[in-house]
Amino acid sequence: MVAPSLKLQDLIEEIRGAKTQAQEREVIQKECAHIRASFRDGDPVHRHRQLAKLLYVHMLGYPAHFGQMECLKLIASSRFTDKRVGYLGAMLLLDERHDAHLLITNSIKNDLSQGIQPVQGLALCTLSTMGSAEMCRDLAPEVEKLLLQPSPYVRKKAILTAVHMIRKVPELSSVFLPPCVHLLHERHHGILLGTITLITELCERSPAALRHFRKVVPQLVQILRTLVTTGYSTEHSISGVSDPFLQVGGHSSKTMTNTSPLSSTQVATNTDTSRNAGNAVLFETVLTIMDIRSAAGLRVLAVNILGRFLLNSDRNIRYVALTSLLRLVQSDHSAVQRHRPTVVDCLQETDASLSRRALELSLALVNSSNVRAMMQELQAFLESCPPDLRADCASGILLAAERFAPTKRWHIDTILHVLTTAGTHVRDDAVANLTQLIGGAQELHAYSVRRLYNALAEDISQQPLVQVAAWCIGEYGDLLLEGNCEEIEPLQVDEEEVLALLEKVLQSHMSLPATRGYALTALMKLSTRLQGDNNRIRQVVSIYRSCLDVELQQRAVEYDTLFRKYDHMRAAILEKMPLVERDGPQADEEAKESKAAAQLSEAAPAPTEPQASQLLDLLDLLDGASGDAQHPPPLDPSPGGALVYLLDLPCAPPPPAPIPDLKVFEREGVQLNLSFIRPPENPALLLITATATNSSEGDVTDFICQAAVPKSLQLQLQAPSGNTVPARGGLPITQLFRILNPNKAPLRLKLRLTYNHFHQSVQEIFEVNNLPVESWQ
Amino acid sequence: MIKFFLMVNKQGQTRLSKYYEHVDINKRTLLETEVIKSCLSRSNEQCSFIEYKDFKLIYRQYAALFIVVGVNDTENEMAIYEFIHNFVEVLDEYFSRVVS
Repeated sequence: MVAPSLKLQDLIEEIRGAKTQAQEREVIQKECAHIRASFRDGDPVHRHRQLAKLLYVHMLGYPAHFGQMECLKLIASSRFTDKRVGYLGAMLLLDERHDAHLLITNSIKNDLSQGIQPVQGLALCTLSTMGSAEMCRDLAPEVEKLLLQPSPYVRKKAILTAVHMIRKVPELSSVFLPPCVHLLHERHHGILLGTITLITELCERSPAALRHFRKVVPQLVQILRTLVTTGYSTEHSISGVSDPFLQVGGHSSKTMTNTSPLSSTQVATNTDTSRNAGNAVLFETVLTIMDIRSAAGLRVLAVNILGRFLLNSDRNIRYVALTSLLRLVQSDHSAVQRHRPTVVDCLQETDASLSRRALELSLALVNSSNVRAMMQELQAFLESCPPDLRADCASGILLAAERFAPTKRWHIDTILHVLTTAGTHVRDDAVANLTQLIGGAQELHAYSVRRLYNALAEDISQQPLVQVAAWCIGEYGDLLLEGNCEEIEPLQVDEEEVLALLEKVLQSHMSLPATRGYALTALMKLSTRLQGDNNRIRQVVSIYRSCLDVELQQRAVEYDTLFRKYDHMRAAILEKMPLVERDGPQADEEAKESKAAAQLSEAAPAPTEPQASQLLDLLDLLDGASGDAQHPPPLDPSPGGALVYLLDLPCAPPPPAPIPDLKVFEREGVQLNLSFIRPPENPALLLITATATNSSEGDVTDFICQAAVPKSLQLQLQAPSGNTVPARGGLPITQLFRILNPNKAPLRLKLRLTYNHFHQSVQEIFEVNNLPVESWQ
Repeated sequence: MIKFFLMVNKQGQTRLSKYYEHVDINKRTLLETEVIKSCLSRSNEQCSFIEYKDFKLIYRQYAALFIVVGVNDTENEMAIYEFIHNFVEVLDEYFSRVVS
């Protein structure tokens, strides 16, 4: 006894009545069992009802594959209700991956050739939904015949089927090409819409079709024009705009054929924009104009339409306008500039996608004339924008500032502002850029160091800002304390305050290790710049000698050694850094120290420490390794004899063409030789080593050498290695001269020697002639 | 080209899904949850177009039901927006009281 089967509506009510997921599953499983039993029994009367229930269950997401064969049976039956459900089932349950679908090909063929329109409609729908390539090939001729049928109902379905077929089997395009032109002459909108889609599809697939349809373009234009100018047609208008979909379709197919539509202007002026449909049409016009190579006037029209969109209160429209303007800004920059104020207003939007688009567009619109105003707006936006946009905004502002900065001071101000507001979100090289910028702007040193000091005093949490500020204070600390700077109100800064601030940075737990490094080095630099005594600094440095961070510890140890053993060198080593090349390697504290270390070892102070052998071993180890020379463990003085060897140390890269030595003085066996070094990383610098040798029988004592150079050059004399040259080729005295020649002025050198030789005091003053040209060029 | 058409209720249950390009079954559920999450988290003032992976999502809310259409880049978003409304109106014609 089979229980009477439920009607579909009853089943739905039952399922709806289930309170929980589990209950629903129970109901459905029970029903499925019924359905399966009924299929097995082969009850023809209620088959369609069972299948309908099965389809509902399938829509809810449950497995329903056992109904596939039933679909076939239903399609084959002659009753319309059966066929209807059968085709529906075929569309939902069958697809290319199941072999069963080929079985319905025959049924579809029969149905297509019958005269009954609804049946044909059903078959066509099914074919267009799930037709596979083989089915399409088989049934193409049938579909083509149907294209020419008088009834519009069938024709439009046939056209859509043709679209699907072309997508699946591109070779069929040749079959469907000829009817298209005919179809365009139709009045029925459904057919026209379908035809336009078909043409678009054809044109996308093959350029030959494109050429074919170019002839058809006037026809399309005619259609559009009639649509726009004729009045209200109840059948096809959506809120007052006659068939917007057809208009949209018409535009997009014209895009394919690349013509200049005068009708665009007509559409633009006639379309009613108060409803969204009208806006959709206008937008499509804009897209068309953008896609094809239209005249300048049309492009301006497009931009103006987009500008109007921007003023609309509907967010969707504004979003669309901003996106399209972004595409246009590359080509029509000036036209888009006119709408700049509106774009900037959009920055204030609460909607995240809108404000992101507005930000991108604003950044693209910045140019040299409006940079100040735009920067102000963008900076205000930076302060209030959501965190995910901050990084983009900050880097955008920095880039734009770099490209368009009117003055250096403005540039520094802008970067400073960005660092204080969004410091944690800037890119890593912002610090390097800023230091390089400040270093280059000599007249602004005082100003920038003051601003940075104030900013640092307020807030030490923003790491990039702290790093830059520490570096500046270290470099230009003397300017900070001078107290007079015209551009900013005078600020009386105490030495103690500066030191206290740097110490605070050092000790703060918010500081990164890199920041700490900057602060420590700044403190060291200040030891030469400040007038007071250095006890406080020495204390801090010695505290950090036992810091856990290896980097800091290393620095502290070096600096401490600098205080203790090489105090006389400190000024030279810690003087102001020369300007860094933009693309060159980052000359940070490390590089400076490496150069300082090289000079330290070259200018040999009194050889008190008998660690020559140890150093020579080290030199062997360091052979070829350039990086290690940066931190030679405790900087020991080198014996004078190894001077020439040291000049070849890898840390001071060998000069490309060594300048020949020059003998400048000879008297009774006492000789003075000059050797020249031009370090490649600093072309303005010249290092002269004067070597005094004695080949006579008597000692030379109290040897003093002094030098003078023209005013445009700067000279620095290091301490000599000694003042006694023993007789008969004893240990020579060496002394290093450092000459800075930034203007490449010709080098002239005057020397004064005084010494005691053979119990006589000798004094010689002479100018060095024939100095090699390479020494100053 | 339209890639998919979804109707989802406010609780996140899919009421209708139609895919015009083949997507695996398990990928479908994943896609649907992500899409629903992004649509449900939007407020009323935000615009109806979202960018999701390489699709654009255009959604419209009718009482407790969201209709979401995923398209590729070549489509006119405003036209699709209108199309969704057209679809709902057609349903309303055939089966009354769809949109109260």
